[in-house]
Amino acid sequence: MTVSRAHCFPRCILLSLAVLLWPGSARPATPTPQASREDLAQMPGEPGRRGGRLVVTLRAEPKTLNPLVAADAPSREVIGVMQADLVHINRASQSTESALASSWKVSRNGLEYTLKLRAGLRFSDGQPLDADDVLFTFHVLLDESVHAPQKDLLIVGGKPIEVRKTDAHTLLFTLARPYGVGERLFDGLDILPRHLLEKPYQQGKLAQSWPLETPPDQIAGLGPFRLKEYVPGQRLVLERNPFYWKTDSAGTRLPYLDELVFLFVPSADAQVLRFRAGETDVITRLSADNFAALSRDLHDASFVDAGPGLEYNFLFFNLNNLGEKTPPALARHQKWFREVLFRQAVSLAVDREGIVRLVYQGRGAPLWGLVTPGNPRWVDAAIARPPRSLERARELLRVAGFTSKLGESGETQLFDADGVRVEFSIATSSSSGERSKMAALLQDDLKKLGIGVQVAPLEFRSLLDRVFQTKEYDACVLGLASFDADPNADINVLLSSGAQHLWNPAQPKPATDWEVEIDRLMEQQLTARGFEERKRLYDRVQEILAEYQPMIFLASPHILVGAKSSLGNFHPAVLEPYVLWNAEQLFWRAPGGKAGP
Amino acid sequence: MKLPRNLRAWITVLVAMHAVIACAGFFAPYDPAEQDREHPYAPPSAIHFRDASGSVHSRPFVYTLRLEAGSVDHYEEDTLASSPIEFFVTGARYRLLGIVPCSRHLFGAGGTRVALLGTDGYGRDQFSRLLWGGQISLLAGLVATALALTCGLLVGATAGFRGGWTDEILMRLAELFLALPWLYLLFAVRAFLPLTVSPLEAFFLVAGVVGMVGWARPARLVRGVVLSAKERDFVRAARGFGASGIYILRRHILPQTASVLLTQAAILAPQFVLAEVTLSFLGLGVPEPAPSWGNLLANLQQYSVLTSYWWMLIPALALTPFFLGYLGLASALQRWADPSKMEAVGPGAWR
Repeated sequence: MTVSRAHCFPRCILLSLAVLLWPGSARPATPTPQASREDLAQMPGEPGRRGGRLVVTLRAEPKTLNPLVAADAPSREVIGVMQADLVHINRASQSTESALASSWKVSRNGLEYTLKLRAGLRFSDGQPLDADDVLFTFHVLLDESVHAPQKDLLIVGGKPIEVRKTDAHTLLFTLARPYGVGERLFDGLDILPRHLLEKPYQQGKLAQSWPLETPPDQIAGLGPFRLKEYVPGQRLVLERNPFYWKTDSAGTRLPYLDELVFLFVPSADAQVLRFRAGETDVITRLSADNFAALSRDLHDASFVDAGPGLEYNFLFFNLNNLGEKTPPALARHQKWFREVLFRQAVSLAVDREGIVRLVYQGRGAPLWGLVTPGNPRWVDAAIARPPRSLERARELLRVAGFTSKLGESGETQLFDADGVRVEFSIATSSSSGERSKMAALLQDDLKKLGIGVQVAPLEFRSLLDRVFQTKEYDACVLGLASFDADPNADINVLLSSGAQHLWNPAQPKPATDWEVEIDRLMEQQLTARGFEERKRLYDRVQEILAEYQPMIFLASPHILVGAKSSLGNFHPAVLEPYVLWNAEQLFWRAPGGKAGP
Repeated sequence: MKLPRNLRAWITVLVAMHAVIACAGFFAPYDPAEQDREHPYAPPSAIHFRDASGSVHSRPFVYTLRLEAGSVDHYEEDTLASSPIEFFVTGARYRLLGIVPCSRHLFGAGGTRVALLGTDGYGRDQFSRLLWGGQISLLAGLVATALALTCGLLVGATAGFRGGWTDEILMRLAELFLALPWLYLLFAVRAFLPLTVSPLEAFFLVAGVVGMVGWARPARLVRGVVLSAKERDFVRAARGFGASGIYILRRHILPQTASVLLTQAAILAPQFVLAEVTLSFLGLGVPEPAPSWGNLLANLQQYSVLTSYWWMLIPALALTPFFLGYLGLASALQRWADPSKMEAVGPGAWR
């Protein structure tokens, strides 16, 4: 103890000097002693040591620090450690826990939620939090002109959620109909500081607020870290939020780390090299082959296979109804794609075990539905999981009117009822080695049925443009990662009106009977009460998908991450953000670990 | 005509190498796209003469590979399952030289697959892919060379023979092409082309693009030769006898450009092979599963492949003998044609 006090002494002088020299706009560095009693949340887990800096990488530069407009993964990851929500889903246990709200109560009819805010909390700039900040947050979230992506989740039964405050720390949320997800609804709805954002909101500039260039004293949050510095194209530096409202089991205020640095490193291989060189402390989203190579080469780091995640990869066909604008070639191909037996035959021909072995080196799971083994609560164990069978696939194609002939060099060729050779292209993202590899395996699988496939690797943006805008593609291999284990996380994919209903997005009216039924089931589960009822409805959705195969599910990778061995409380989760979900509890074990700047 | 010895030697070497590549189907034991999903990233097969019990066999053999327990890319030899190497075996069908249907291969192993250079991530035989890939890369280089020389000859002869403003325009255009950063131009041109093209279309696109970019240097050289040739006495004499321009070009001037063209061909061919390799390496060339030397190397962009599987680097070595052969031929040709002008030749001449 004496040692640490001796070390502290010069630092204290420096700190007070800094406070003296800093002009009046400086943010208070520590909570003032006369602050009213704080209702802090005590976290279980290994107590750690204060200090140090953690360097992590982002695949791209975040677009914004504004939670109301952030849609890209890097922005969400950064905002995740700068902001906090009322009720939080614990990424490890996948159950809800109290956050800014110390407790919540649901009325008997499921329409009213009463939330009690923790007392004495402060934003990272030292300003107090009260119910008015929550009212302001929900007001802007529901404002049409703000276009917050979270808005759709707050409209239940066609009516927006009503929020009232009953006293300075108690809020009453009234819903028009019971909501199936319950208090999970509040996860991810970051509470915003009214004192900073009310003015831009009144000026109609809320969506443009808080870009990356925002001066650190004009942005505040309730998360464990606050903005320190942004260097365009290079890094974003966050510093410890001294007002954070969590303590560890020993009563020490979290977070432990002094600084959290996000480096922008665009390619997976560059991230691996940076980690190998010791320039970064954590690496996430490792591919299986890099995971194997790194765990063999590096000995001062620990690598964790967190098990199956929520990412699902799939093949889908272009089932858009483009009317007269359909290019003739696509119209001919769509005659096959719309045939359910054709899609089932393709699914039967896919060597899912081969994909898991060759693409994921065994660190993955074959998939027959969109719910992965990483989500045991919601997966329907009863859906058909037929093993690969080329014979049955050929039989289905024969029933559907396709014929196969021997080509001139002895290979099988498949022809449709009109005598047209069955050939199409599979688009995939050129930046994803894993999906390109899947496409190459599919190409070989389908060749065995006599189907000629060309793989078209496209730059990711132009791929999305083809799928969502021009709709000029035959088939596509994509992957999606649900942000939550709840079925509502995928509602945009499943509803025929959803923007991410990939094979035929944003339909004004469902094109097929089974899409009508999926729509109905998803609407029902939204308002159904009780897990069993919702599970029954969602199981039926999974069965319809397995029968009609609009998406041919392929495989789901394990979540593979690595960190330096001395990083304490490193417990990767299968939900995003895989490592930083407990950023406030991460700490450096070795003395001095990694010193601050 | 008697060719000097070193020229004959280089030609022999090159012809032999091209013959092997041209008959890739025969020398390669397997189809280049055939996947063996049980054996991804298998190391080169060890050829044995002595078996596990120590007895020596006259016929070489290989052991079947199996995965080590708990591993996905480490193999061990199953010493109970040996397969002798056999010659002139029947296997995957192919067309010899692209024409004759055939299914006979130089070698193979009865009970297992023999991968002389290991396998890639799909379990495809790297040796077969290397030979078949050579067909695409070399042919693309040669087609592009033919294209560039034809264009160069036409433009250069026109400019040199017509002179005046035609010469000015064509040569300024050639200088423009010489000054262009050709790699970026290739990117730009390739980016405008459709992305879903069949391997055959992609092949001709790549060869066409590379050839169209490379015509400027031969055009300038041909123009120089034509300029000096048209002032020679016998050409003036022919003109005096009333010979037409076309006749003079065909009969007296173009034959003079032959040695320049031959030397240029020997220099340009490997450069254009390299251009194809570059494009394919960056994913803009011939699409998978068709192999080319460039997309064989593309795997090495991944850290894990680069550090874990050394045999994936072998295709890079294949380029070396071909480059050596072509550049040796170029300098031998130059010495034979005009021993006094050595400085014009060499890899540095190409920008």
